[in-house]
Amino acid sequence: MGELRYRVVVGLEIHVQLCTKSKMFCGCALSFGEEANSRVCPVCLGMPGVLPVMNEQALEYAVLVALALDCKIAEFTKWDRKSYYYPDLPKNYQISQYDLPLGSGGFIEIPLEAGRTKRIGIIRAHLEEDAGKNLHTAGNFSQVDLNRAGTPLLEIVTEPDMSSAAEVRTLAVELQRMVRYLGVSEADMQKGHMRFEPNINLIITKDGVEYKTPIVEVKNLNSFRVLERSVDVEEQRQLDEFLETGEVMGMGNKTTRGWDDINQVTVLQREKEEAPDYRYFPDPDLVPVEFKCEWLEDIRSRLCELPIKRQIRFVDEYKLSDYDAGVLTAERSTAEFFERVVAAGGKPKRVCNLLTQVGLKLANEKGCSVAELDITPKDFAQVSNDVDGGILSASGANKAIELKAQDPDKPFSVIYEENNLIQKSDVGELEQIVEQVIVDNPKAVEDVTSGGKKSKKAQSFLLGQVMQKTKGQANPKVVSEILDRKLG
Amino acid sequence: MAAKIDQTQVKKVAKLSRLDLTETEAAEFTGQLSAILEYMEKMNELDTTNVQPLAHCLPISNVFREDAVKESLGTEKTLANAPQRDGEFFKVPKILDEI
Repeated sequence: MGELRYRVVVGLEIHVQLCTKSKMFCGCALSFGEEANSRVCPVCLGMPGVLPVMNEQALEYAVLVALALDCKIAEFTKWDRKSYYYPDLPKNYQISQYDLPLGSGGFIEIPLEAGRTKRIGIIRAHLEEDAGKNLHTAGNFSQVDLNRAGTPLLEIVTEPDMSSAAEVRTLAVELQRMVRYLGVSEADMQKGHMRFEPNINLIITKDGVEYKTPIVEVKNLNSFRVLERSVDVEEQRQLDEFLETGEVMGMGNKTTRGWDDINQVTVLQREKEEAPDYRYFPDPDLVPVEFKCEWLEDIRSRLCELPIKRQIRFVDEYKLSDYDAGVLTAERSTAEFFERVVAAGGKPKRVCNLLTQVGLKLANEKGCSVAELDITPKDFAQVSNDVDGGILSASGANKAIELKAQDPDKPFSVIYEENNLIQKSDVGELEQIVEQVIVDNPKAVEDVTSGGKKSKKAQSFLLGQVMQKTKGQANPKVVSEILDRKLG
Repeated sequence: MAAKIDQTQVKKVAKLSRLDLTETEAAEFTGQLSAILEYMEKMNELDTTNVQPLAHCLPISNVFREDAVKESLGTEKTLANAPQRDGEFFKVPKILDEI
């Protein structure tokens, strides 16, 4: 057999639930976990004679994302009915946007390793309504809960620009970070706020000839892990299948597969005899939408610095590692709080350590953001500077923050004092202790002064003895200097 | 003039609309639908070179509502007209495949 090379090509369809208060076309509250069928009205029930009316906020949220994705916003757009015969949408059609999506032709930048980024094209972004939920019971029937029916859903379709499962995951995570920054979706995976459908195929070069395998769409993936895994699994499966059958992409041989999480495989979904016929047509119940300049500019003014841009800036401006910058910019509130602490005088790297080592941990325990810990940016800056000034050790600083979170009204001077957090840096006082340690440990002293290979270890031992005698309060830098001087 | 729609197409559209037609009905509707489509064909005589497609018959756009919550029906009222229910759920024939 001749040489064989292949690469995977993936495009992604993403559905994002927007976090409006009410549904897309009626006043029912969005819900999660409420009693089934309690958040339903005649409009989302599809009763005859009802009139859907657009939720302006949903439209603005959708446009905000489209702008962040650098899409061209349609001057004129409309709503279409997509025929759909499943009981989770009782109207028998879904209100969607067919030929005039509100956004098209954009891109998203995703982070790769070592601070590099890659641009993934966005084909379109449009708004539609979510369906309800069909629940499959053990019995010979299904249950339907329509609480979710009518929830505003933003659909984003990317170009097939991703070339690995890891890139697909990165794009999904970046999009989650983006919609959270924009405040348009909680993007909580556990609550199904984001769902993915990757389109996957391989480009195989065999004996100098290029082949494309048939495209497979994997439906309804709702976690980053499963999304990434399904692409990996599909990559291998398509390669095996190609080697066995030699089938290549052709008219009408795109298939749909589902994910079987127990066996970690994709499963062919029953193929319909004919291509789905959605019979789209303009919805006569809804009037078109025109995006006038002024309105668009108003929405544009609500854009913020996007997370990927902020991450890159944090590396440039604060000389943080790409990893640290990524952690700090994961949530908008953390990134903004970090900058407030730096503005209050904290040194960036030290502040970053404090926030990532203790701030985020505390916030996570309390289920809030770092900004909501009752510890002010000024507090963090003070502790950070006290470490830089030698007053606190790094671990003492973490301890001080933890204690401050428990008792925000207590001043740091008291917290430091009560918990013996202040490092002893007084040379005279430390010299006495060092001298005592030297007298008590002649063997170690000899090892140091003889300069042999045990010298370094012995010096650390002596330092450890001093730390023990001072209950960890001695400033190790000062102690080392004294030891060097006395034994050097 | 040839019929605008044949029985195969009528049966396909009926299937898509989940309508169960008898052979007699399919034949009857094929004739009726053809007549309607022939009538619609007349519109092709108009010159529409400079006419924009119409998305809506009303000359208005941007009718919105504020994002405010209104009271929903509640589970009991919602299920009141359901042919079958199972607790707080609508009960429907088993769904075998999903879109």
